[in-house]
Amino acid sequence: MAGSSSEYIPHHLTHLKVGEGFWSVHADTLIMTSLLGIAFLWMFGSAARKATAGVPGKFQAFIELVVEFVDGQIKEVFSGDRSFLAPLALTIFVLVVFMNTMDLIPIDIPGMLAGAAGAHHWRVLPSADANTTFAMSITVLLLVIYYSFKAKGVGGFTHELFSAPFGNHPALWLPNFALNIVELLAKPVSLAMRLFGNMYAGELVFMLIALLGFAWAGALADGNILGFALGFIGQVLLTAAWAIFHVLIILLQGFIFMVLTIVYISMAHEHH
Amino acid sequence: MDINATLIGQMLGFLILVIFTWKFIWPPLLGAIEERQHKIAEGLAAADRGQKSLEDARGQADGIVREARDKAHQVLDQASKRSGELIDDAKQTAITEGERLLTAARAEAAAEAARARDALRREVAALAVAGAGQVLGREVDAATHAQLLEQLAAQIEKA
Repeated sequence: MAGSSSEYIPHHLTHLKVGEGFWSVHADTLIMTSLLGIAFLWMFGSAARKATAGVPGKFQAFIELVVEFVDGQIKEVFSGDRSFLAPLALTIFVLVVFMNTMDLIPIDIPGMLAGAAGAHHWRVLPSADANTTFAMSITVLLLVIYYSFKAKGVGGFTHELFSAPFGNHPALWLPNFALNIVELLAKPVSLAMRLFGNMYAGELVFMLIALLGFAWAGALADGNILGFALGFIGQVLLTAAWAIFHVLIILLQGFIFMVLTIVYISMAHEHH
Repeated sequence: MDINATLIGQMLGFLILVIFTWKFIWPPLLGAIEERQHKIAEGLAAADRGQKSLEDARGQADGIVREARDKAHQVLDQASKRSGELIDDAKQTAITEGERLLTAARAEAAAEAARARDALRREVAALAVAGAGQVLGREVDAATHAQLLEQLAAQIEKA
């Protein structure tokens, strides 16, 4: 643990960074994401390998529940071919939920383990790194553009960029185009910032609650038993309460990211 | 918000995950789910069919039982009718037979009486001839006086 409360929060918000400038990477984010991605592949892959049409085991039933949930969400919004969109949505949902769940690990434990391994910083929550959320949302944007071209053709999509929403008139081509570009870019920004903001803020609240640890430790050192008791019980109760509430946010953010991806890609299929 | 090359790494990693899910995870899972849905639908349809054939069989059985009951009633009716007829026949036969026997007995009695009267008459005739013989003091020849005797016998018979 860092020496004082004023150092504690900045310390916990620093990534384990390798390199300088743009061409540097957050090793903690990459490693955590890789581990979670492998966990996802292992979990769903083993269920997929053993999947039978007979009576499913509890594990297979649970995995199928998730798969059917995702498939049902897409069916409600999108009537086209789901063979790629559905696995994309499943990956997004499960990966975001897995990443967000890292926030429930007691905040100092990953840092302690990393410190024991020789790393000064270790942020365990990849979705509180804007690089992660933007990586996913930009990928979604590229898919939206790809599907727009695929569904409407190069001419159709270009035509739509310049003629919607105000109408096909030479004087309106530029305003139309500008508006469409803003609309396109707003999608990944809103996707990424929503998830990043939620998880960053959630993590920060855990850190603020953890600051009570400094308070009760100080009170104990001063012999203030009442202050110690209040600080200690307060920290335990608040951490538990926030963690329980955070479960909702973890699932909700994964769900929102998935549903918005589905909506954006199904919009790309629509003709104006 | 420190955007750096992590972004590129995360994008590539994310793409790999999506492609892996697309190719290897989604198809078998959804395939198993759909196959099971199909099986369940088939099972439900089979159960419906079984239920229906059970009902059919039950209806048939009811029909057969009803038929059998009707037939039994018919047989019972016939039997009671027949027994009534038999009893009536027997009564009739008995009455007829009784009357016949009575008539025969009467005829017999009448014949017996006639025979007895005949025999009596002959005896009386013989007695009369014998009495007449005694009175005359000599024997009356039955052959010579047959006509006389016959008349006598006829008179006695009339008496």
